[in-house]
Amino acid sequence: MEVKNIKIKGIKREDFKDNEYLEKYYVQELQQYGSNVFIGALDDLLDWGRSNSVWPLTFATSCCGIEFMSVGAARFDFARFGFEVTRSSPRQADIIVVAGTIVKKMAPVLKRLYDQMAEPKYVVAMGSCAISGGPFCDTYHVVNGVEEIIPVDVYVPGCPPRPESLLYGLMQLQRKMKLERFIEAAHKSKQRRKEAKKAALSELEKQNQQLSQES
Amino acid sequence: MDLTEKITALAPDVQVEEAQYPTYTVSSDRLHEVAWMLRKKEGYDFLLSLTGIDLGEALGVIYHLSKSENPMDLIVLKTSTTDRENPQLFSVTDIWRTANLNEREVFGLFGIRFINHPDMRRLFLNNSWNGFPFRKDYDENPELNPLNLESECQSDKLRSLSFTKQGVIEREGEVFSKEEYVVNIGPQHPATHGVLHFRVSLDGEIIKKVDPHLGYIHRGVEKMCERMSYPQMLHLTDRLDYLSAHINRHALCMCIEKAAEIEVSERVLYIRTIMDELTRIASHLLGWASMCMDMGALTAFIYGMRDREKIIDIFEATCGARLIMNYNVIGGVMYDLHPDFQKQVKEFIPYMRKMMKEYHQIFTGNIIASERMHNIGMLTKKKAIAYGVTGPSGRASGFSCDVRKHKPYGVYDKVNFSEMLREEGDAFARYMLRLDEIMESLNILEQLIDNIPEGSIQTKIKPIIRIPEGEYFQAVEAARGLFGVYICSKGDKSPYRLKFRSPGLPLISIVNLIAREEKIADLIAIGGSLDYVVPDIDR
Repeated sequence: MEVKNIKIKGIKREDFKDNEYLEKYYVQELQQYGSNVFIGALDDLLDWGRSNSVWPLTFATSCCGIEFMSVGAARFDFARFGFEVTRSSPRQADIIVVAGTIVKKMAPVLKRLYDQMAEPKYVVAMGSCAISGGPFCDTYHVVNGVEEIIPVDVYVPGCPPRPESLLYGLMQLQRKMKLERFIEAAHKSKQRRKEAKKAALSELEKQNQQLSQES
Repeated sequence: MDLTEKITALAPDVQVEEAQYPTYTVSSDRLHEVAWMLRKKEGYDFLLSLTGIDLGEALGVIYHLSKSENPMDLIVLKTSTTDRENPQLFSVTDIWRTANLNEREVFGLFGIRFINHPDMRRLFLNNSWNGFPFRKDYDENPELNPLNLESECQSDKLRSLSFTKQGVIEREGEVFSKEEYVVNIGPQHPATHGVLHFRVSLDGEIIKKVDPHLGYIHRGVEKMCERMSYPQMLHLTDRLDYLSAHINRHALCMCIEKAAEIEVSERVLYIRTIMDELTRIASHLLGWASMCMDMGALTAFIYGMRDREKIIDIFEATCGARLIMNYNVIGGVMYDLHPDFQKQVKEFIPYMRKMMKEYHQIFTGNIIASERMHNIGMLTKKKAIAYGVTGPSGRASGFSCDVRKHKPYGVYDKVNFSEMLREEGDAFARYMLRLDEIMESLNILEQLIDNIPEGSIQTKIKPIIRIPEGEYFQAVEAARGLFGVYICSKGDKSPYRLKFRSPGLPLISIVNLIAREEKIADLIAIGGSLDYVVPDIDR
């Protein structure tokens, strides 16, 4: 499968700047062994559904939160693209948009929120504070980027980012989700575990044989 | 007998200075008596700001005081202690209630312990934090205070110092007793307007006590300013209370301009005033929208955000940004107004007036909303002054504290407007006052928009600005109340100490007062009516 097959309504493939990255990491590395027709089709259906119903967590610490609210309100309205409603409980949310500075006192809270979310879950780092500490990077209490705490899927730069750039970032996330092959990945990891178990057992047997020969 | 003589009678070693404001430096053991006299006999009932400072050999505290009839007629009281190992000063919490959280802040950042303060916990940092970050000799080595992903257990134990006949003794107490039923609200809660943490003790659904827990967005902005040059630090003010970005920046620019004796043109004064009023409207609209949303009216949220976008468009055309505009600079403004600016504002004024009618129809007149807001969160005028509550929340209790009226800056002395005041002091009064202020701001805009004079938008300034040695204070009326900037300069290109007087901290300190004996569900409506912004509280 190639990246050109991912469809985001109203935006052409060429308009996205991350095609090369997706091609390399998602298409070539994650899907290099090909896939079962049945599971592949099921995955496409599932990914189509998942990527068009992404519910963010109501989470904001500072200025970026206001722009996040603007994106949710009348003019920009991210419900048009499937980010239907923000949930107040992490257990009902699919993505967490880290909007604002994270300080050392907040870090354990953010980690816990992330841990409380159900898999599959995604993180968008919104604004320079969440990316690198931004204008506050050299103070004693600020964490320089949320990636020190939780893994980030999409970075949206700006201080604060415009609503359009947040929408673009969220669409980039949707494209990633469409390529992810959720069931297949689970299936493969099960297979991989089986293979690893087999390899470990045969290794053990070899060692045992060697030991018995030596004795 | 004038004030100096009265203070000298109580504290013979007082040093009097005639700086920007009359300044009295008294020794630490006489401070409490002088403060008591000022409050009880002279009527200085409004503690505007309490600032800790590291003076090198000594650690000091600076009090900005005024009378509530004229809040901008300031005097400054100072004290210090030379003991850096175990610094102790007398608390003034019993005189001005607003000192409570301020002294806890000073304890956390400077390590000064206040005698007779009931609750000496750190306000912003964790209890396990090593060192006192605002001291000049603080060790910034990140290994001392590493990033910890385990939440610190919050102890209910309090330690305080109290003064008795045997001298100063340590006392222990507790925030909540073991029998109390305590519920956490926040730090991640959609109705706390940011990362604010309330610990609420409940009896059934009646609130018995609220313990606000701050510091989840404490970024150490004031410490950062000490390392930056004056033009560099401007952008930090926008990010404090991001909803009154223009106004905060205006305060710092004015403070620096006054200190460095930089004149700005008439045109700049007009532009800054107009931008301030637009910011105020945008902020009140968002305050209204989010308060209504907290109470369950999503339509109001959509309406408020929709109309706010109109102002954002005006900002965007002139400043190039939507929320954080970085527009004021020292000596003027960054760019000239967009050619369509006046047209856009003139279109906006009648539109907003029309919409206000709709707001009142859709929400104010709604029986559910009005029943919910009336007679909850009562704040009397006396308490508002004692706790230093300014802005719409203070004025809804009848405290006339509008800096635009009491000490006009910009071109507020040239416009005809009235200060909005209400007497009731409940959540509904605070709600109505914000909507009234939007109307008044529209009146101000109408008077100014056609009269913007021609002139330069920037005064030529030197690339490196140095402020003469001394202390400077400038207050403005931000959307949430009195925002102040205090600069202590030693003549360098960066300040020795800079303090932002946040309008949000007093708002938090009254939550425990006004939410007591209310229902837990009303805590959200009360919080919405106070309309605090958390990064402005934590700084």
